[in-house]
Amino acid sequence: MTRLYGTRGWLILGSAAVVAFVLFPVFNLLVPADHPLHLSNFWVTLAGKILCYAIVAVALDLVWGYAGILSLGHGLFFALGGYAMGMYLMRQIGREGQYQSDLPDFMVFLDWKEFPWHWWNSEHFWWAALLVVLVPGLLAFVFGFFAFRSRVKGVYFSIITQALTFAAMLLFFRNNTGFGGNNGFTDFKRILGFPITTPGTRMALFTITAAVLIAALLLARWVVTSKFGRVLTAIRDAEQRVMFCGYDAVHYKVAVFTASAVLCGIAGSLYVPQVGIINPSEMSPANSIEIAIWVAVGGRGTLAGAVLGAGLVNGAKSYFTVAFPEYWLYFLGLIFVIVTLFMPRGVMGLVARR
Amino acid sequence: MLSGGRLAAAALLPAVAVFFSGTAWALDGAAVEKLALGEGDERIAAISALVSEGDPKAVDVLKALAEGEMQTSGRRVLIVRGGKAMDAVTGEAVAPVPADSEDVVANNRLRAAVGDALALLRLLSPVRAERLASAKTLAGGADAATLPLVQRALAQESDAEIRALLEIIAASMQLKSESRDARLAAIRTLGRSSSASSKTLLLELANDADPDIRREAHMSLDAVEKRLALGEWLGLAFAGISLASILLLAALGLAITYGLMGVINMAHGELIMIGAYTTYVVQNLFRGSAFDWYLAAAVPAAFVVSGLVGMALERTVIRWLYGRPLETLLATWGISLILIQAVRTLFGAQNVQVENPAFMSGGLQVLSNLVLPWSRIYIVAFVALVLAGMWILLGKTRLGLFIRGVTQNRAMASCVGVPTARVDTWAFGLGSAIAGLAGCALSQLGNVGPDLGQGYIVDSFLVVVFGGVGHLAGTAYAALVLGFANKALESWSGAVLAKIAVLVFIIFFIQRRPQGLFALRGRAVDT
Repeated sequence: MTRLYGTRGWLILGSAAVVAFVLFPVFNLLVPADHPLHLSNFWVTLAGKILCYAIVAVALDLVWGYAGILSLGHGLFFALGGYAMGMYLMRQIGREGQYQSDLPDFMVFLDWKEFPWHWWNSEHFWWAALLVVLVPGLLAFVFGFFAFRSRVKGVYFSIITQALTFAAMLLFFRNNTGFGGNNGFTDFKRILGFPITTPGTRMALFTITAAVLIAALLLARWVVTSKFGRVLTAIRDAEQRVMFCGYDAVHYKVAVFTASAVLCGIAGSLYVPQVGIINPSEMSPANSIEIAIWVAVGGRGTLAGAVLGAGLVNGAKSYFTVAFPEYWLYFLGLIFVIVTLFMPRGVMGLVARR
Repeated sequence: MLSGGRLAAAALLPAVAVFFSGTAWALDGAAVEKLALGEGDERIAAISALVSEGDPKAVDVLKALAEGEMQTSGRRVLIVRGGKAMDAVTGEAVAPVPADSEDVVANNRLRAAVGDALALLRLLSPVRAERLASAKTLAGGADAATLPLVQRALAQESDAEIRALLEIIAASMQLKSESRDARLAAIRTLGRSSSASSKTLLLELANDADPDIRREAHMSLDAVEKRLALGEWLGLAFAGISLASILLLAALGLAITYGLMGVINMAHGELIMIGAYTTYVVQNLFRGSAFDWYLAAAVPAAFVVSGLVGMALERTVIRWLYGRPLETLLATWGISLILIQAVRTLFGAQNVQVENPAFMSGGLQVLSNLVLPWSRIYIVAFVALVLAGMWILLGKTRLGLFIRGVTQNRAMASCVGVPTARVDTWAFGLGSAIAGLAGCALSQLGNVGPDLGQGYIVDSFLVVVFGGVGHLAGTAYAALVLGFANKALESWSGAVLAKIAVLVFIIFFIQRRPQGLFALRGRAVDT
């Protein structure tokens, strides 16, 4: 097996793991709340949210940076994972909703008497976990298979994935689709029986997210350093030559696209319990393009850069939208322009040059 | 010409009988007296009496009551205007105004009755437009008690359009008549109608106890339904054309910047939005004087402003990204965010109001159940003009020749002396300017806000891709197909599902046929 990282790489990854698995729990749970070093729940939730985004960024970097497929549908896969988890969380509310019914409030509101068919089995966690993987995975597999087989690529692929996301958003906005329409799912109470807002549950979710991110990084790193990854990079750079060498590019692209979508779905399922809401605006085309800019800021085709970019852009977003809300879009817009014009290799490119 | 109606009215409303004793120009004194001095229902009955008389002077008396100009002096009813009094019944001037005169008070119920009565009396107005408007109101549903007046209006009406309306109104009132012959005649008349309310009336009769009436009702119903269906079909076709024209307008600029130049311009929607805001600014400049003409200035202004913004974008950003479509996509998305926020800073985040000039409001009544809004008609015509203009510009002018040359073979064009860089700027500016025109047109249809363009970006790209990149005609056909498909689906599945179905259809279509409806012939280069 090829070496995944050099010594420095492992050191950075290790220290990040220490921060996530040791420092965060200690300063959040063990240090008393009035102590200056106490890490408030706000920061834990924010960090957890950004880690979810980082997983999505890694997933996109895998297909964009290595296979040259710029998908504008990753927001959709993310939201699908989130909705799958959200269904389970809605069932966990039980009879504690506004209307004290077994049905979620929005169904009572629509005067529905029983669960629609796609809510079948949603009270079980294992089913939710299965959906989180299967729904985005299957959609990506089918969509990717047909698209790549007809050699839809480049910008065409971006545009039709965007259209797909847009169509899904319209679908989920409908009340009759059975996913809470405009408002989506919110007011969760419990996950696996644990109350969802306690610091302990939050910290558990955070550490799981961090573990998934590290696993995703290692897995993606393993994929791109393997022979499979070499072929992917070759497809990105000269698809026709790869085909003339006897490789079937379609299989490679479908495989990596599906894996990437599954990763997004998992990220979405971790995001929803931490943020406490999922609604169709997660599927808006703007969100999916923003994912691409995280990757571009960090540096395409570096994986670690995707994590860095997701952290930088979302950190800046959290800061700007509080401090200067009216300037955030100027700033985000400028990042798009500057990164594409002057920093084609992103922040990682700057680091590597030194 | 008064006598026929008067006889009918007299037969139905005993109060009018008194009128025969009066002179030709005088009003029914008893009714006027009751109107001014009576109580509750008595006064309402008096209004009916005056209405069925249909004298223009009755209008005057009722107006006086509505506007609080009616006074009483003892049993005498006066109309007092500007310090001068006249007798409401005889019309004689009464000078001076009697000292004991008291105002006549009208309660809300009475006011409503007076309003209805005035609307009815307009059926007899000498002005054609007033008669037509009144007849249209009545066609929506009228009290059967007004039948005498309607018949009288019918007797003296000479205009064919109003006559047709009045006949149907009278017929729908006579459906419940005592006489079987009158009912049958009414049903036959209703068969000539094309309104949904006649259909409802006929449906009730389709189960009547009398077999003759049932048969007639069914025949009339078929005729009405056929006419209604025609209206629906025409309405659907027009809605399709209208949607297609909007799609085409939004996509036309993109057909140049993306279709010909290959630039993925995600800020296209924002260039549309800038056109709409330019229209808003021009409209505000024209407030007060010549407002109806503001579009004459707004159209070129939107064209120029969006075009200039586009040229500036090309010079500063897009120029450096030719041949890197994915990067262009991201950079132009960033630009779109900046433009949206800039408009928010300048004009506020709220939607702004762009008013239609007078000639664009209202609609053209084609059938009773089909009204085509003027704004939509003008926009369809406008799109046709823009399309023709663009065809001439690209096909017949030197600039068009250069643009085609550069997009087909940049190196060769450069070799024969075409200033390719400048042509790029002009071409991009042209595409942006047409987006500005789209914004100007869209401002006439809906809200103008900073997010206006975001709603069109996905649609515009799909239209261009569906039609086949690099084909202007393809874009036009694609817009037509998608517009009609969307409206046809909408009529049975609802707007959102129709939209989703169209999107999914395009996704599948592109997978089957990535080159779009019309493929560019020749060697496709794999880049």
